[in-house]
This record gives sequence, structure tokens and C-alpha cells, in this order.
Amino acid sequence: MLKRYFNLKRGNARRVFGTYAVVTAAFLILQFMSAAGAISSSMRGMLVPICAYMVMAISLNLVVGILGELSLGHAGFMSVGAFSGVTAAIMMQDAVTFAPLRLAAAMLTGAAFAAVAGFLIGIPVLRLKGDYLAIVTLAFGEIIKNIFNNFYLGIDKEGVSMSMLTDSTRLLEDGRLIIGGPMGIGGIQKISTFTAGFLLTMIALIVVFNLVNSRSGRAFMAIRDDRIAAESVGVNITRYKMMAFVTSAALAGAAGCLFAMNYSTIVANKFDFNTSILVLVFVVLGGQGNMLGSIVAAAALTILPEKLRQFADYRMLLYAVVLIAVMLGTNNDAVREFLRRFNPFKRRAKEEGSGDDI
Amino acid sequence: MTFLNFVISGLSLGSVYAIIALGYTMVYGIAKMLNFAHGDVIMVGAYVCFYAVSRFKLPAVVGVALAMAVCTVLGIIVERLAYKPLRQAPSLAVLITAIGVSYFLQNAALLLWTSNPKMFPPVVAKGSLKLFDGQLSVSYVTMITIVTCVIIMLCLMWFTGRTRMGKAMRACSEDKGAAQLMGINVNATISMTFAIGSGLAAVAGVLLCSSYPTLMPTTGSMPGIKAFTAAVFGGIGSIPGALFGGLLLGVIEIFAKAYISTQLSDAIVFAVLIIVLLVKPAGLLGVEMQEKV
Repeated sequence: MLKRYFNLKRGNARRVFGTYAVVTAAFLILQFMSAAGAISSSMRGMLVPICAYMVMAISLNLVVGILGELSLGHAGFMSVGAFSGVTAAIMMQDAVTFAPLRLAAAMLTGAAFAAVAGFLIGIPVLRLKGDYLAIVTLAFGEIIKNIFNNFYLGIDKEGVSMSMLTDSTRLLEDGRLIIGGPMGIGGIQKISTFTAGFLLTMIALIVVFNLVNSRSGRAFMAIRDDRIAAESVGVNITRYKMMAFVTSAALAGAAGCLFAMNYSTIVANKFDFNTSILVLVFVVLGGQGNMLGSIVAAAALTILPEKLRQFADYRMLLYAVVLIAVMLGTNNDAVREFLRRFNPFKRRAKEEGSGDDI
Repeated sequence: MTFLNFVISGLSLGSVYAIIALGYTMVYGIAKMLNFAHGDVIMVGAYVCFYAVSRFKLPAVVGVALAMAVCTVLGIIVERLAYKPLRQAPSLAVLITAIGVSYFLQNAALLLWTSNPKMFPPVVAKGSLKLFDGQLSVSYVTMITIVTCVIIMLCLMWFTGRTRMGKAMRACSEDKGAAQLMGINVNATISMTFAIGSGLAAVAGVLLCSSYPTLMPTTGSMPGIKAFTAAVFGGIGSIPGALFGGLLLGVIEIFAKAYISTQLSDAIVFAVLIIVLLVKPAGLLGVEMQEKV
């Protein structure tokens, strides 16, 4: 792994290590500020969700920015990760008393289940492309939401029992209903911490950067730039698409688990189409293929609605206007040229004529 | 007879989907963009009709006409302000802008009309037609919905097939550059497509709220997504495809609700969509395009 990093071209290395440095610095500063009591409690409550959204944005950027496929169902994977992860955490509550370990195990479970979901969906879906892929992923996200809204899972002495549509788990007296259909999961121990969020963000960055700067990553970009040309030089399109899709799903699953463990209750409707769109907006505003950009966009756009709260009813309207204005602005040649001068990592890389994307 | 009842209510719901899907499919065919704000135009249309009929006591026909007029203008304004500057932009940027417009319309509606659900007035005559000794009852709303859908379809077929403007539309959807070389005003044609689509959305909004009479700022979003699904189902870009996809989707949804489960009906509808797209990736009536290398 290290060898790969030493072999990075200068422009790429600047981006990769620059991103790590910025994220670490931000974490340290926030940690310090929070120790000094310089952060308001509402901000502190947003730290973990922001980390979760950052991981979501990084993982979706792998599919949208690097692979070039539009996915509108990313919240579905988050949902799978959240529900399976929290269920695992609740089951482990007595066995594993050390909270960080339990959180890590829960996130791994969430990631694993989301990866399986990503694989299962990937088999049929990746034969489609473009807008058709978009609509199918959208449909998939809605299906997941619908299923979790009608899913009951309980645990008692005799083991785990589950049912669909109505609660027919028939638990014994000491049993506990974990997933309660539209009620979701209640009574979650809030064990997510900002440190865990930071670590997950770093892991996501390392995974994605490693993947992108490898042979597979170059294959992804080849598929994005010209699918037919890539196919004709022997790139196995289905295999690489699947690889990107599953990795992305697994990261989203872990993020979902982190997100859910920050609240005492979680319901399936939290992970609907709007959440998928929200994450897509992070990716597009941050710049497709630009991981630092999506991280910044995720943080900014999670804080923005909170900061706009003083405008009360007008805040979502303002948010919409900002969204439209930014899209119109970034696609306007004059504004684009202006912004290019302020892009810290791109300028030198461009002069050296090396890769535009990581 | 219950089976026939389900078929009829499926066709009625499907007609609404089909009318909305027409808006999606025409815009997609010509501008190659997914106009996610289309669902919210439906909501605006329904609100305009609601206020015209229940607050200002205007006749229903005037209410519908007013809704159509407002939505048509809204469609043109949105296209001019938000989409036109992005003609050359990557499709994802246009998609995000459309989502921004959708948020904008929803939240503007929230401010203007609050989140309290409003009861939609009976724009269409109440009552129902009883057949076979009352075993089969078809409400007037249902009949009018289906008939409206058929009339709209026939008009559109005539419009795109016979008129000059319609031919320009088809030419633009085939190849914008070539159409421009032939002297077609591409921008005007795209504006017109948005205008027609949004005008139809107003009709769909009124019909939808006549069958399901609670009106909220989010009323349009789920039917919007479903109709979009219907458009893809039938083959996006194809007008008969939108009709067929919409009707089929409506019938499947009602059947899923009636025979399998109400809560899972959405999941079933979307699962059917996925299966159809796997078997026929271009949609049921879509033409598979051979890619040029």
C-alpha cells in the first residue's frame, strides 16, 4: 500500500495527502474547540451526522464521479447499513461492553450487509446504463424503504424471529422487539462519537484513494470516459462497475450505521429519496471526482440549513435558491475561470500535465 | 365484478400517471433531461384550481383553465431561468438544478399555502354510474379521468404528427443541430415543450386531487416519481410509451394494493419496473438505440 503512495505522481500525491491533512487538521481543531467549550451544543450534535454524510458523499463520488454512473438510491445502502448495524449492536449489548468495539463491530456488520445488498442489486442493475440505471437505483431505494417500513425483527431466548407486514414475531416475555416496522428501531444506545466519525471518514478516504489510484481506478475512469473504447481494449466493464458499486455500498452501510447510532430512534423513512438526492447534491456541488470537494460540500450543506434557521420559514427556499445559483454559476464560463484560480490542488497538477482526477 | 372494479380504478389512476408521464417523456425526448420539478408543477396546478374554485367560487372549468394557464407560464419561466443557461452543461448539473427547482416550488408552496392539508373541492361532478345491478360502480371522476386522458393523447398524437410545431418538436428530439440547420428555432421549440408538459401537469393535478382529495405541498412528489417510472416503463421519449406505461403502472399498483398488500404496493410497482427494464432495457415501447462507435 505504501509503495503505491510513493509511486503517486506529484499532482496526485498533493491531492491525496492534502485531503488527509485537511481532514485531520479540521478534526483536531474541532476536537480542541469542543474541549475548550467553543462549540455550541447544536453544532456539537451535528458533528457525527456531518461525518456520516461525508462518508456517504465520498462513497457516492466513487460511483458518480469516478465511474460516471448516476445512482439515485444511495440512501438505500445507508438504510441497510443502519438497520443491520444497529440490530447487531443491540444483540451484542451484553456480550461486548466496550462501546467503541461494539460500534466498530456494528459498522462492520452494516458495511457487510450493505455490500451484499449492493452486490445483489448490482447483478441486474449494472447491465443498464445512464438514465435507466438512475431510475432503477431510485426504484431500489424506494423498495428498501418500503421493506424496512414493514419489517419486524425480535429476539428472545429462543433466538431471532422476524416477519413482514404485521408483527407476528410472538416473542417470549423477556424478548425484545428490535425492528418494529414503521416505528423503526427505538432505544438505541448512542455510542457514535466524533472520533469514530473522523476515523470512518479517513478509512473511506484511504479506501477510495487507494482504489482510484490503482489499476482498477484507471479502469473506472476509462469506463467513464468512453465505455466502448474501454471495452474494446479488454476492460471487463461489469466486473469493475460491480467493484465500484459494492465498495461504495459498503462504505455507505458503515456511514448509515454511524449515523443511526447517533440517535435514540431511527426509522426507515429517514433514508428516502430526498436523502439520496441530498448526498448527490454534495457530490455534484463538491465536484465530481473531487473527494475533498464532496467532504467540504457535505459539511457546508449540512450546516447551512442550521445556520439559516434564523430565517425560519424561508431557509429551505434560500437553500433551493443557493442550489440553483451554484449550479448556474459553476456552469458559467466566466465564473468557472474565476474559480479555477482559487483551486489549491489543481493548479500545479495542471501545469505538470498530470491526471485531472483522483 | 370486483376484478373489473379494480381494473377500472387502475386505469383511472394510470390515466393520471400517463398524463404526468407525457410531460416527462416529451421533455426528456427533446431536452434529454430528467425534469424532477415536474411533480411539483402538478401540485401548483392543483392549488391554483383549489383556490379558484373553493375561495373565489369560480366555475370548475375556469378553475382548470386558470390552473393550466398558470402552470404553462410557470413551465416557461422555469425553463428560461433555470434550464436554458445549462443547455451545454453536463446532464448531472441539469438534474441537480431540476431538483433545486423542485425544492423551490415545494417550499414556496409551503410558505404561500402552509403545510395544512386542504380538502380539494369536487371539481368534477360527484356520484357514480351503477352497472349490473350496482355490482359495478364507476364514479364520474373515474370516467372523466380516463376520457380526458384519451382526449389528451389523441390531441398530442395529432399535434406531433400533423402540425408544423409538432414536426419541429420531433425534429429537435431527433437531432437538435440538424433541426437548427433546417431553420427550426430550437429554443422556442424547447420552451413550447415545457409549456405543453406543464399545462398537462395542471390537468393531471386537478384529476389526481379529484380522486384523492387531500392537497399538500408534497402532494406532487410521489405521483411525480411514479409517473417518471411509468415514462421509463413505456420507453422514455415515446408518447404512446408514456400512455401505455402509465396505464400499466396504475393497474399494477391497484392490483398490488388489492390482492397483495397495501403497504408493499410501492415496492411491488418498483420491483416490476426493475424486472421489465432487465428484460427490455429500453422500456416496453422504446426503441433500442445502436450506439455509434
